[in-house]
Order: sequence, then C-alpha cells, then structure tokens
Amino acid sequence: MNPDVQTAVRAAEPAYNGAMLPPPETKTAASDMSAQAASRSLIKAQAKGLNFYYGGTAQALKHINLDLAEKQVTALIGPSGCGKSTFLRCFNRMHDLYPGNRYEGEILIHPDNINILARNVDPIEVRMRISMVFQKPNPFPKSIYENVAYGLRVRDVKRRRQLDDKVEEALRNAALWDEVKDRLHDLAFNLSGGQQQRLCIARALATDPEILLFDEPTSALDPIATASIEELIAGLKNNLTILIVTHNMQQAARVSDYTAFMHLGELVEFGDTNTIFTNPSNKRTEDYITGRYG
Amino acid sequence: MADLSNTANQVSAIRAMIARHKRWDVIFSMIGLVAMLLGVITLLALFLDLVLDGYGRLNYDFFTSFPSRHANQAGILSAWVGTTLVMLVTALAGVPLGIAAGIYLEEYAPRNWMTDLIEINVTNLAGVPSIVYGLLALGLFVYQLDLGQSILAAGLTLALLILPVVIVATREAIRAVPGAIREAAYAVGATKWQTVAHHVLPYSTAGILTGMIIGMARAIGETAPIITIGALTFIAFLPPSPVTTAPPFVSFDWLLAPFTVLPIQMFSWLSRPQAAFLENAAAAGVVIIVMTLAMNAVAIWLRYRYRKRIKW
Amino acid sequence: MNPKPSRFAYQTRRHLPERIIQGLLFLAAFTAVAVTIAIVVILVYESLGFFKHVSLWDFLTDTQWTPLFSDKHFGILPLVSGTLLTSAVALAVAVPLGTIIAIYLSEFASHRVREVVKPFLELLSGVPTIVYGYFALLFITPMLQTVIPGLPGFNMLSAGIVMGIMIIPYVASVSEDAMRAVPMHIREGSYAMGATRFQTALRVVTPAAASGIVAAYILGISRAVGETMVVAIAAGTQPNLTWNPLEGAATISAYIVQVSLGDLPHGSLEYQTIFAAGLVLMLMTLFFNVIGHLMRRRFREAY
Repeated sequence: MNPDVQTAVRAAEPAYNGAMLPPPETKTAASDMSAQAASRSLIKAQAKGLNFYYGGTAQALKHINLDLAEKQVTALIGPSGCGKSTFLRCFNRMHDLYPGNRYEGEILIHPDNINILARNVDPIEVRMRISMVFQKPNPFPKSIYENVAYGLRVRDVKRRRQLDDKVEEALRNAALWDEVKDRLHDLAFNLSGGQQQRLCIARALATDPEILLFDEPTSALDPIATASIEELIAGLKNNLTILIVTHNMQQAARVSDYTAFMHLGELVEFGDTNTIFTNPSNKRTEDYITGRYG
Repeated sequence: MADLSNTANQVSAIRAMIARHKRWDVIFSMIGLVAMLLGVITLLALFLDLVLDGYGRLNYDFFTSFPSRHANQAGILSAWVGTTLVMLVTALAGVPLGIAAGIYLEEYAPRNWMTDLIEINVTNLAGVPSIVYGLLALGLFVYQLDLGQSILAAGLTLALLILPVVIVATREAIRAVPGAIREAAYAVGATKWQTVAHHVLPYSTAGILTGMIIGMARAIGETAPIITIGALTFIAFLPPSPVTTAPPFVSFDWLLAPFTVLPIQMFSWLSRPQAAFLENAAAAGVVIIVMTLAMNAVAIWLRYRYRKRIKW
Repeated sequence: MNPKPSRFAYQTRRHLPERIIQGLLFLAAFTAVAVTIAIVVILVYESLGFFKHVSLWDFLTDTQWTPLFSDKHFGILPLVSGTLLTSAVALAVAVPLGTIIAIYLSEFASHRVREVVKPFLELLSGVPTIVYGYFALLFITPMLQTVIPGLPGFNMLSAGIVMGIMIIPYVASVSEDAMRAVPMHIREGSYAMGATRFQTALRVVTPAAASGIVAAYILGISRAVGETMVVAIAAGTQPNLTWNPLEGAATISAYIVQVSLGDLPHGSLEYQTIFAAGLVLMLMTLFFNVIGHLMRRRFREAY
C-alpha cells in the first residue's frame, strides 16, 4: 500500500472504520462531518444490514455491515461455508439467476448512493458496472479475441477499430497480451489454466467496471499461475475497487489492503490487513488465523 | 464508463440499451410459446379431424363386422383381432429378448470389443427405417424360414423392431439401481444371477414396464413392415382360435394364418376414392390413436410416478 | 487340505447354472448383431440378383424408374430425389421450430413448463405415422390448396410439412439435451458480463452446444429419409424426378410399399427391385446415423 494513502486512510480510520468500530462520541459535529465526508469519498460500496436467504428460508448471511474502500483491495477470508462467496455474489446479483433467493438489507454504491439490491434496480445494469472473475476459469467456447470482446458486444459496441483497441488494452492490463497477440483467433480452450484465468480477467476488464469481484480466483491454479495473478491484482487496484474472496490466508495477507473475516454467515471482524493479521481484536479471528480451525 | 455519477445522459443511454436487449427476451419467449403451441394445435387438429370425420361410424357394428365392399357395412373386426394376436406374439417374443439383452449389457458384459460391437448395433438398429425391417422379414421370415405371410412373421418382425427400445429402457432402469444394493446382495453370498433376479430387477420393473409400453405403442401403429411381409388388406375371416373345444385345447394354427391389422385396414380404406370409405378410415384412425395415446400416457405417468417413489 | 478337484466340483455345481444363464443372456444381446447381419445379407443377396439383370451404371444414372411397366427403366434417381426433397421440406419445418423449442425449454422455460411440455412432445412423436398420413392427405392438402391454387392432391409439400411436424419432438429433445449439458458456470460467465437471457442463449449456449444440435439435425434427416406411410399416402406413389415440391412423387420407401401391396412372385426381377431400393435407403440412413452418432459423441466428450 502506498504510504501516503496509508496515512490518509489511517487518518480516516478513527472516524468510521466500516463494520466494527463505532464512530467515537467525543468528536464535535463539524469535525465529525468533515471526517465522514473525507471517509465517504474513499468508500465505494457499503453493505448495510445485509441478510441473505437461499430458497427464501435458509439464512446464509446475517446482518452484514461492511465498507469497501475505493481503489483498494478488500479480502474476505473465513472457513468453508462461512458465506464469503455468498456475500460476494450479492454484489453482482448473481443469486437472482436461481429462483427463490431473497435479499434483505442494502448494498449502496457510491457516489450515486443507489441500493443495488432494490427490487426496482435492474440486475443487468448492476452487472454492467460490477464484473466478476470466477473460481474455475470459464472462458466461452470462442476465440481469445471474441472472449474479451464479448462484454463489449453485449454493450452494442460494433466498430472493429474500437473493439480491437479495447481488446488489446484489456489483454495488456491482464498481462496476457504478449502471450496471445499472435493467436487472437485461436480457441480460448487451448490456453493453459493460468492463461485462461487471465483471459477471464481481461474479459472482465474490457468493459471498465467500477468494482471487480474475484471468487477464489487462484484456487484451481498452480503456484506459478497463482503468483502471476496476485501480481496482476495488486496492479489493477490503481483503477478499480477490488473485492476478493480467498480461502488462502497468505494470499489475503499478500494482496489485500483490508481484510474481513467471516464465520457462519456473520462478519466477525474487519480492518486493515496488517492489523487483522498481527493484532486481531476478536478471539474467533485470532483462532482462525493461527490455524485452530480451517 | 467507470464514473457514471455525473453523467445522467450516460445512465439513461445504458438503461435504454438494456431495455432494448431485454425486449428480445420477451420477443423470443413469445416465439417459443408460439412454436410449442403449434405442436399442441397440430395434435389437437389431428385428433379432432379424425374424430369429426369418423365418429359417425364408431358404433358396435363397426367393431364387430368384417370389411366389406359396402362402406357402411364394413368394420374392423378382423383388423383388431389381428392386431391383438400380432401384439401377443410381439410381446412374447420381443420383451423377454429385450430385457435379457439389457440385463446382459448392464450386468454381465465385460468391456471388450464384442460388447462395443453389440452396443453399436443396438444404437444402429434404433435408426433403421421400419420398412427395412419389413424387407428383412420378407426375405428371412416369410421365405427363408417359410413362415409365410402370417401372424407369426409379423409378430417376430415387430419384436425385432421394438428390440432397441426395450433394451435401452431396461438398461436405464437397471442403471438407476444403486451399486450399494448389489454389494449388499453379494456380501451375503448371492450369485450374480440371484442378485440380478432378486434385487436389481424388482427395483427396475417400473422402468422396464415403461419401455415395454412405449415399444408396444409403437408397434401397434406400425404399418410399413407389415405391408411388406404381405398382410392382406381384405380379410373377411378370423384366424383360427387359439383355444379349441377338442383336446389338446390349445391350437397354434392361428400363428400361420393370414391376417390383417388395424393400420393396414385404415390404409386400405384410405386408398379408396369413395368418401364413405374415408369415413371408415377416420373411424379406424380414432381407434388407433386412442390406443396409442392411452398407452403413451400410461407410460409417461408410470415414469413420473416411478421417479417420485423410489428414494434411495 | 481339501484336494482341488472337490473344491472345483463345488464351484462347478454353483457356477454351471450361472454360466448357462450368462450364455443365454449373451445370446439375447447378440441378437442385435445378428439382426444387423441378417439385414445386410438379405439386402445384398437380393440386390446381387438384381444387378445381374441391371447394370450399376443404369441404376445410378437412368432418370426413370418404371420396373413394373412394359418399358422397364431402373434408374433410382427419381426415388432418391423424392426421398431427398420430402426430407428437405420436413427439415425446413423441423429445424427452425425444433431449435426454437429447444432453446426455449432449455434457457427460458421454468421447471413446471418443461415438465408439462416435454411429455406433450413425446405424445406428438407417438402418433402412428398412418394417422399422420391421413392428416396430411385430408386436412393439410385441402388447406394448402386454398392457398396454392392448382396444387395436386398428391404433393410433396404436404407430406414434407407433416413429416417435419412429426420429427420436431425428436430434434427438439436431442438439441435440448445438448444445451442442458452446457455447464452452468459458462452461463454465469455470460450473465456476469451483463448479458440478457436471450443474448446468453444465442451467443454462448447455442454455440457451445453446436455439435450436439447439428447431431440432432442429422438424426432428424435420417428419420425423415426412412419415413414411409406419410409420403406413401400424401405424396403418392408415382416416381417423378423433379425438384418442385408442389408435385407428387414417390420416395424409395413408398415404392417398396406400393410393390408389396401387389402380388410379387418370389425371386422375380420386380421382387428384387425392392431389395435394391431398400439397400440404397439403408445406405443413406446408415450414412446419416453414423455421422450423427459421431457428432453426438464428440459433443459428449467435450463436456
């Protein structure tokens, strides 16, 4: 993390640190407002009182409050089944694809202050601003070029020149351009696992999303591919906000600026990565991090 | 695109584009429904057409009269008796054969070239046109084996025709039985056949029955192979009865007797120009389609209930 | 301990019935192979008899098929053209409708709709072909005659349309199986990009299922080529070398039926013609079946 940004974030921290720490009561109204204004400009999205029920009845998320800092990487960690992927998929309304699921609470996107979980908000519009990279690389059975261009075609971008430029830009940002520039029209399936995942990242980047969601992006990859993707993520955050779910704590420590620990559907602790990993304030967090349970 | 907050124009442009795309969702849904409705309407139109054309002839006399040169005296007695007898032979010949083959392929067959050959042939036979079965029967059953143009030949032909259907249904039914049941049987010392006969088959009965019914429903409506082996279109007599009054009380003469079946009777009437015969054809068609639809419906219902009942 | 022979004897006592049963079951399964061999033998044997009298060249190039008339021609082309043309009309109906229904059932319809529609399609395919023939001759043809004046009573259009309706369920169900086999995570990838249901179905799922869908079409062709009663009743039995579907013509299968209705002295040339025609038909359907099967297998292996 950039030290200047670190200082700025630290300065904002006491005013409103997202989920767990309440704003201190000793502040005056004016400084409270300015601190909040300062912090609000650094918050991209907020989950407020988010509950989620699979099939309408099985509660998977319990009253989650979390702030996503803008142009930072936030990691979600926790044991299997704690609800981190479920939480992630709320951000792009993926649960809407399966009948019966129910959201309660809000996820606000700033600066428009829209609740993307509202019934009158179109999931498609949400997905046009918030992209996702999945756990298992899932390129389409098309050429490399067409995979990256897919999001653009869906947005009715037709002009060849525009597509070419965007595809190249996305592939460069995903650190894949040099490897594929001579075979853009080869089938995507012919790429290796790590390359396919980078292709999926390029695909998600091509449409200039505001938030990029990663659902355990390297769990299906070998260590070398994993390292290259982690490097990529670190570089991407200069331009967009990233929320990444990972079951690998070391990855969270390497890659993220903020970390949220979830357990049994609840957000147990949230804070900047250093603090969480060196000095967690909640016992459950400490137990997980020290490996008492996985 | 990344910073939408201060361009309301951009937002509404995107919203308009999404609305345009979603309109295609609606349009295609409607097209899909229309396509399906076309199928429903066709089935209804077909059924109604038959019924409206033929209901005048559907009375007791129709079922108990022989065909005749006079349209209003013609009936389907010889035809439905013929159909019943042919179906009897088909069922007795084809169903056990198909079930046995299915059992072999699922339970006994090793993974070698012979098994592959058999499986390829089963798949292939499912795609052979029914008239080719008729040619096979003509050359083999009628002449080579000298069975003549008889009920036995017809029954055997149709048995071969529905063989792939019964085999596939049997295999799927057997495959649905979990391996744990088999292992439990082997563990108490049962032989392979005991396991199959006492444990696997009882659980697969519904699936096998479904396949059998679908096969028989298909066989009832088959016309082309029966015509090819030479079933006559004007039969004004019944085959000799299987049950006789004198010892040994059972006769097999009926197997080698000339005969006709319902579809052929309908075809024969359809080929006559007089409108009255067309009415008869329609009436015969109603009988055929009611029988086939009823059998198919029973099979579908069986499959549905069977899927719901067994909880492993 | 126990000398081997008595243990062997015990095993035989238990195993012999098992082996007999296995042998019987094997014979039952082998029937499939035997039937295929029998079909090939019979068709080839009788066709050889046919080709002693008629040259292969004449058979393949003569443009008339009149084996039952005094001026005998034995060119198979009229029958082949009749078969192909009626099948083409049938496919023109079944391919669009079947594919649309498949896409709708796979990507749009709710579980309940599928549960109702699929059995219905099965019923549609269970209607006997002779009933379809009646329908084509006495309902569709008059209906078409009001729209197309001068349409003859026997025509390939009516037969082809009804055949198409008949194979829609087949094309739809094989295509739908192919589409449902496309894994959900590919669809999720598309939806996550902001695509609508139709965009996903058209741009992602259908191309992914392409070889399975093509297999469905090819198997549909095979079914149409082998169909007999609908064409015999509605398209007539007059061989006619034409590419105009508004005329009547005979297909290979219709010819075989027509001849079988008459008196056929066993072993005569006329008798042998149906086997030669049958051989051609068999080769055509075999060709399509094999390609369709290979494509289906290739699709299954991909997923």
